[in-house]
Amino acid sequence: MNNLIVSPTALAFAVVLVIIALLVNFKEHIGMEKDLITGVLRAVIQLTVVGYVLTYIIKVDRAPLTLLMVAVIILNAAWNARGRANGIPHAYAISLLAISAATVTTIALLVLAHAVKFTPSQIVPISGMIASNAMVAIGLCYRNLNATFHDQRQAVLERLALGADAKQATAEIVRAAIKTGMAPTIDSAKTVGLVSLPGMMSGLIFAGIDPTKAIMYQIMVTFMLLAATSLASVIACYRAYPQFFNADLQLR
Amino acid sequence: MLFQLDHVGFKTPERAILTDISFTVEEGEYVTFSGPSGSGKSTLLRLIATLLTPTSGTITYRDQPQGSYAKVAYRRQVSYCFQQPSLFGDTVRDNLAFPFSLRDRPFDPTQAMQALAEVDLPESMLDKPITELSGGEKQRVALIRNLLFTPDVLLLDEVTTGLDSATKEIVHRLIESKNQHDGLTVLAVTHDEGEIAVAHRLITITGGRMEAEHE
Repeated sequence: MNNLIVSPTALAFAVVLVIIALLVNFKEHIGMEKDLITGVLRAVIQLTVVGYVLTYIIKVDRAPLTLLMVAVIILNAAWNARGRANGIPHAYAISLLAISAATVTTIALLVLAHAVKFTPSQIVPISGMIASNAMVAIGLCYRNLNATFHDQRQAVLERLALGADAKQATAEIVRAAIKTGMAPTIDSAKTVGLVSLPGMMSGLIFAGIDPTKAIMYQIMVTFMLLAATSLASVIACYRAYPQFFNADLQLR
Repeated sequence: MLFQLDHVGFKTPERAILTDISFTVEEGEYVTFSGPSGSGKSTLLRLIATLLTPTSGTITYRDQPQGSYAKVAYRRQVSYCFQQPSLFGDTVRDNLAFPFSLRDRPFDPTQAMQALAEVDLPESMLDKPITELSGGEKQRVALIRNLLFTPDVLLLDEVTTGLDSATKEIVHRLIESKNQHDGLTVLAVTHDEGEIAVAHRLITITGGRMEAEHE
C-alpha cells in the first residue's frame, strides 16, 4: 500500500500544475485567477479537514456519528443545489427532500442487499457520491425548469386558459427537466470504461485490487447513481413546478 | 346576469393598467371592446378569464364571486383565445387532442374533423405538422381548440388581426353562428368594423378607463 502515499514534497511539486493553470489564465486573459486560487485553497482546506474528520469517524465507528456525517453531506448538497435554483421558492426544502430521499433509499437498498456494510468507511464515501450526483442532477433540473418556463410562458398560459391544471399545463416541461437531470448519469453509464475509469474503480485499482473485482464495485456505483439521480430529479421537478404558479393558478 | 364587473382595477408595481371598470354582460350577448393599443383591453379579458386577478373591485360570474369558482372548471366554461396563439406538440391532432386529454376522454377524430370543417379546413389537416401551417390556419386551429367542448363564454383577444379577409370571414361566420344558434356569449377585443357591426354592444376603453358604451 506504500505506493499509495503521496508525500508532502510530491504534493508541493504538484502545485506546479496549478501554476500551469494560472499561467494559461494570465496569458489568455481569461480572468478566472481569483476563482482558481479560491478553488485550490478551498479544496486543500476542505479535504484536509474532511481527512481528519473521516479518520476520527472511521476510528470511533459509531452509527450516530456516521449518520451525522451523512446528514452534513446531504445538508451541504441541498444548500449548493438551492444556489442553482435562481429564485424558485422553497428550493432549499425541495432540494433537501430530493437529496435525502435519493441518498437514504439508495443506501438502504445497498445495505439490505449486503452490497455495502453499514460502516463509516463505506457509508460516508458512498453518501458523498450519491448526494453530489443528486445535487448536480437537481441543479440541471432547476436550470432547465427556469429556462423552459421562461421560453414557453405563452404555451403554458394557453394550456391554463383551456382549463388545464398546473400538472397538465406543464407535463412536457417537467418531463424535459427530469430528462435533463438524468442525462449526464445515463451518458456516463454508456461510456464508463470506454472514456473514463471512474473514481471508485480507479481508487481500487490504485490500491492494488484486481480490476475484475474493481469493476464489480463500479457496476454497483453506476446502478446506484442511476437510481439516485432518477429519484432526485423526479422529486425535485415535481416539487418545483408548482412553485411557478400562484394560488390563483396563474403563472408567477 | 352572466358577468358583473364592479369598479374593477388592475395595476402593476409600475403603473395602473385598468381603473374603475364597471359593466354587466347578459347570457348570449356579443360584446366587443375597442380602443387604442395599450389601453388595457387584453388585460380586461385576462381578468375575466382569471389569468390575472383584479387588484381592486369585483367580478361576479353567475351571481357568484369569480374567486369562489375552482379555476380549472371556470376556465373550461369561460374560454380565452389568444391573439397570437402558440400550438402545442407536433401536429394539429396534438392540439385538438389536448382538450380531450384535459377531460380524461379519448380523442374523437370525427368530432375534430367536424370542427376543422367548420372553419373551412380539410380533414387531412389533422395530421399536418404545425410548422407547416399558415398564420390563418394556426389561428383557426387555436380557435376550434377552444370550441371543441363548447364553453359558455368565449373571450377573443384580437383573433382576426393580421388575417386575410377570407379567413376573417370564416372566423366571423363561426363565431356569429355559435353566438346566434348555440347561445354562446362572446366578449371580443377587436378593431374590425365588420365584427363590431354584428355585435350587440361596443365598449370603448382608453387609457385604462371605460370611455363609452354603444348599443
